[in-house]
Order: sequence, then structure tokens, then C-alpha cells
Amino acid sequence: MSVPPVLPAPDRRPARVPGDLVIRIEGVTKLYRMGTETIHALRGVNLEIRRNEYLAIMGPSGSGKSTLMNMLGCLDTPSAGRYDFNGKDVARMVDDELAEIRNREIGFVFQTFNLLPRSDALHNVELPLIYAGVRPAVRRERALGALRNVGLGDRIHHKPNEMSGGQRQRVAIARALVNHPSILLADEPTGNLDSRTGEEIMALFEDLYEQGHTIIVVTHEEDIARHARRVVRLRDGLIESDGPVP
Amino acid sequence: MARLLQELVESFRIAFAQIRANALRSVLTALGVIIGIVAVTLMGTAINGIDIGFNRSLAMLGEDVLYVQRWPWRRVEDWWNYVNRPPLEVETAERLNRVIEATPGSLLEVAVPVATRGTSVRAGELRLGGVMLFGTTGDYARIVTTDVAEGRMFNDVEASVGRPVCVLGSAVAENLFPGRSALDQSVQIRGERYTVIGVLAKQGEFLGLFSFDNQIVAPLNTVRRQTGVRANLDLRVKVRDKTKLAAAEEELIGAMRRVRGQLPGERDNFSVNQQQAFKEQLDPVKAGIALAGLFITGLSLFVGAIGIMNITFVSVKERTKEIGTRKALGARRRTILLQFLIEAVSICLIGGLVGLGVTLAASLVLATLLPALPIAFSPSLMAVSVLVSILTGVVSGFAPAWGASRLDPVVALRYE
Repeated sequence: MSVPPVLPAPDRRPARVPGDLVIRIEGVTKLYRMGTETIHALRGVNLEIRRNEYLAIMGPSGSGKSTLMNMLGCLDTPSAGRYDFNGKDVARMVDDELAEIRNREIGFVFQTFNLLPRSDALHNVELPLIYAGVRPAVRRERALGALRNVGLGDRIHHKPNEMSGGQRQRVAIARALVNHPSILLADEPTGNLDSRTGEEIMALFEDLYEQGHTIIVVTHEEDIARHARRVVRLRDGLIESDGPVP
Repeated sequence: MARLLQELVESFRIAFAQIRANALRSVLTALGVIIGIVAVTLMGTAINGIDIGFNRSLAMLGEDVLYVQRWPWRRVEDWWNYVNRPPLEVETAERLNRVIEATPGSLLEVAVPVATRGTSVRAGELRLGGVMLFGTTGDYARIVTTDVAEGRMFNDVEASVGRPVCVLGSAVAENLFPGRSALDQSVQIRGERYTVIGVLAKQGEFLGLFSFDNQIVAPLNTVRRQTGVRANLDLRVKVRDKTKLAAAEEELIGAMRRVRGQLPGERDNFSVNQQQAFKEQLDPVKAGIALAGLFITGLSLFVGAIGIMNITFVSVKERTKEIGTRKALGARRRTILLQFLIEAVSICLIGGLVGLGVTLAASLVLATLLPALPIAFSPSLMAVSVLVSILTGVVSGFAPAWGASRLDPVVALRYE
């Protein structure tokens, strides 16, 4: 499968030129057993994602969108097919190796933020660095930097329940970026936010993209998908279309 | 290595945040462990105390003293072999001492005849019953395990002449002469007057059965003459080196056979007893008590452990989504396992330390209220109970922590 041509959108800044291959998925299928029934969540998906792409994955519920996202996020492995992440074969990895990849290569942003409720913003952002074994002093410095980068340098000691939804999602984004991952994987990042705050978050993504990050947004909202440069649409476990944002 | 350290620090941080956040629940759970640890350590303290009391009692018999008697200190089935043994006499002791002196490099020092009988004693209006009267020679001072607190022991001359003098056990002296010195006072034993020339130091009870302080020591010849009754006589033989007790016992048996003129092949017509044999008799009983006690109290600790396991399962269930998030951020199985194990161990450890404190306080109170009770709160017991609490945490926390570490991150993240 070839990389789709990236065309400049007339009403926006032009897309940046994508770099090296980060993700290559070939013939990936995923089967689930539900009692006696077998559900084919993915029926042979091919996908390539390059560094500094801004990608939206869309599809109605039951299309295999979530399964593909779990696969891309190395939370799950395919039943069959090939998944290379930065040249490493993820499909054959065991639990702890996947954890390592998630820790170093993937930054997650969840719809429900998934912050630790009893920890302040700083500690929440430090978490991936703790799992990476970074020394406390360095850790703190990097977490502070990440929080400043999302405009929360003055909120580092606030607990999640002391912050607005938009601020919480910014903390989550800072957490996702703190370990310099290869991709930022966001699952309905604006799903729990009002539309104005949602736009702010999407503007932040735009900035991050401009800074050179690779962003994958999984969403069912066309408005959100329009912010990306490339849209992948799924239906019944297959890729229906893959091309630049019109 | 650095990563493990970071994970450990983070695990402890989470554990204490959790315990603080669920204070009531943690206290109630810890209570089970506290009760368990208190039960086990109190039982351990009691067993320790029994042991110490037991050894103290045995020491009263003398660690370096062998007893030559007609009967052995154990249950015998063939009583007919013992009942017709010739009695031990003062002459037996004298002859035995001559054999000991004639043996070069003898392991034995001296044999002392001691006659024992129960009696009552009077001083003025006060009368005391159930007192052990020991009639013996001047050598008794060499085998006795207690010091003379006041006055002196009678000497060889007084003993052989049969002077009416006696040395009182501390309890006898206190009871007959409350609040004043017993020295130079006179007491009446079986109608005869004795002058008190010494008082023994306090010794305590023997296995809680009778008090070694409830005794009177008088010259054997005096007792014989004045009471006119032939009392039980046994010989106490002091050993020079208590590390060579077994060899000394062999020598003593040989010497006694010579004294008795026994032929080779003939069975001994006397028994040599020592505290060790007594100990061997009682050791299985002691072990049985300890085992049963620890098992029963261990059950309460087991109930506490089930409480910990239960609460850890609840904790895992409640935080399934958090586990999913942590896994997504790169927590490995080990990390999650450690997190919940440390949480369980922390509650157990806190419970264990509180329990230890309670036990310590309880044993201090008991020791003040009942000074006679031998209570021993040893450092080793402390170390053991801390270890036991940690072990309880590990054992009871392992199943839920293992389950948490194996959670599928996809399923865990979806959990609401």
C-alpha cells in the first residue's frame, strides 16, 4: 500500500512533508469469540503511517475502529497479519514487551482523560517517566516542561478535580508527550468536552503537528476529523477509504 | 535496576495514598491482622515464659548435681523391680565419698545425703504447715543452688554433733517472722526447738507446683535424733565439670555399684537422676502445648489474612480502569503486581506493628499485675512477628495482585 498523496488544503496551512515510516500494518485480522459466535473485528487491514502525519480514523460503531486503535496503540495484538512499529515486529510481542513499546513509543489521550484522581498534575505527567525508570530530578524537569508546553505551567500542583475538562485533557496530552513518543494516539479526545473547549484542544493538536509530532485521532465526528490531513474510514472491519481531507 | 527502584517508590506512594484515602476500610482490615498478631505474639510470649520458668525451675535442681535415688524420675511399668531396692543410707554417702576420693581424676566432687520430709513449723503463735524439711550434712552448702541471704549455713561440726540449728527458706522466714529478721530466733519443728542461723535467698516456685522457698534445712543427725523417724534419704552428687555430665553419670553408676558390691551383670539397685532426664520427659509436652497454642492463635491470623485478601480483591476491582491506564502508560506486569502486593503488605505491616505494641503493653501490664508469671517478650519474637506480618501480606495479597497484573489492558480500560 502506498502513501496517499498529501495535498494542501486551500483554507489551511499546507501539510508538512511526511517522513520515515513509523507504522506498517499488513493483512491484519482480529477475531473475538463471544460465546459460540466468532466476531471478525478486522478482516484484513493494510495501513502505513509516516512520521509527522496527522491522521483521523473514522467509522461507525462496530466498524472495527476501536479494535484498530487498540492494535495501533499496542494494547492488543492481531490474530493474523503483520504489524511493524519502527521496524519492530509488534504482532509477536509478549505483554511486557508491548508495555515497553507503549511506554516509549506511544502517547495515549483518552476520551475520559484517565488521570489518577488523587495525584496532582505534575505526578500524573511524571507517571510514564517513572515506568521508564527516569531519575526523579530529570523526571520533574521534563514533566514541568511538558506541562508548560500545553499551557499549564501554573497548574502543576492542581488535582484533576480542581481543573476544568479542557485543563484535564491538556494534562493528559502533556502526559502523553512527556516521554517523546513516536505517535500521539487520541481516542475521541473532545468527546467529553464542550465544543469551544474541544476546538481549543484541536488547536493544541494543530500546534503539536506543526512542531513535528505524529498524531492519530480516532473519532466519529466529521468536525474533528477535518482537522487532520488524512482520513481513514473503516466499515465492517475493512478500510473503506483512505485519503487526504477534502 | 533504576526502574525497579522508581517503581517501588511509586508503589509505596500509591499504597499510602490508598490507605489514607480509604482510612476506615484500611483500619478495619488492619484490625483483623492486629488481632491475629496480638494473639500469636501473646501466645509466643506465654510459651517463651513457660520455657523460661521451666528452665529456671530445672536450674533449682542444680545443673551440676546428680541425684542417687531408689526410683527414677520417669514413669516405670515394672514397679516391682524398684520397690525392693535397698534404701540409701548416710553410710552409703560416706562410702561413696571414699570411692570418689580414691579415684584419681574423678569427675565427681562430693556426695551429700539429704533426707526429705514434709512437716509443720511453729514460731510463737504462728504455725506453718506443708514445709519441706531437709536433713543433711555440712556439705549441703556445696551443692545447694541458692545463696544464703542472711546468716550462714551450719558447718560440719554442727552437723555431725547434731546441734539444733536450722536454715529457713525465704518464704518460711517471711511467714514466721513477718517484718523482722529470723536470725537467732527459735522455731519448733515436731515439738523440738531449733535456732535459726541463716535464711536462704528467694528462689521461686518449681514448675508452679511447690515453692523452693518453703523449706527448712537442718543437720541430718539432729533431724534423725529429734524426730526419731527414718525419712526418705537420697544422695546428691556434685559434678566437677557440668559439661561432662554424661561421663560423670557413668562414673557415678560404677562407683555406686562398687559401694553396693554389685556383681557384673546384676541390674543396678539404685537410680541416678538428673535434671536433663526431667527435661526430656517434659519437652514433648511443652512442644505439644506450643504447637497447639500457635495453631489456634494462628487461625485468628489466618482470618485476618482472608480480610486482607478480600480488601485487595475489592481494591483491584475498584481500580480496574486505573490499572488499564497505568498499563497503557507502560506499567509492566511486575509493576502492577508490586503495587498491589505492597499495598497488602503495608496494611499487614502496620497491623503487625500496632499488634506488637499492644502485646508489649499487655505483657508489661501482666508482668506488673502478676510478677510470679514468667513473661518473656523477646526481640526475636518481635522480629518473627514482623516477618510473619510481611509474609501474611505477601500470601494474602498475591492472588489479587497476580490477577491485576494479568488484566488485559483493553478490557481494563473499558471497565466502568
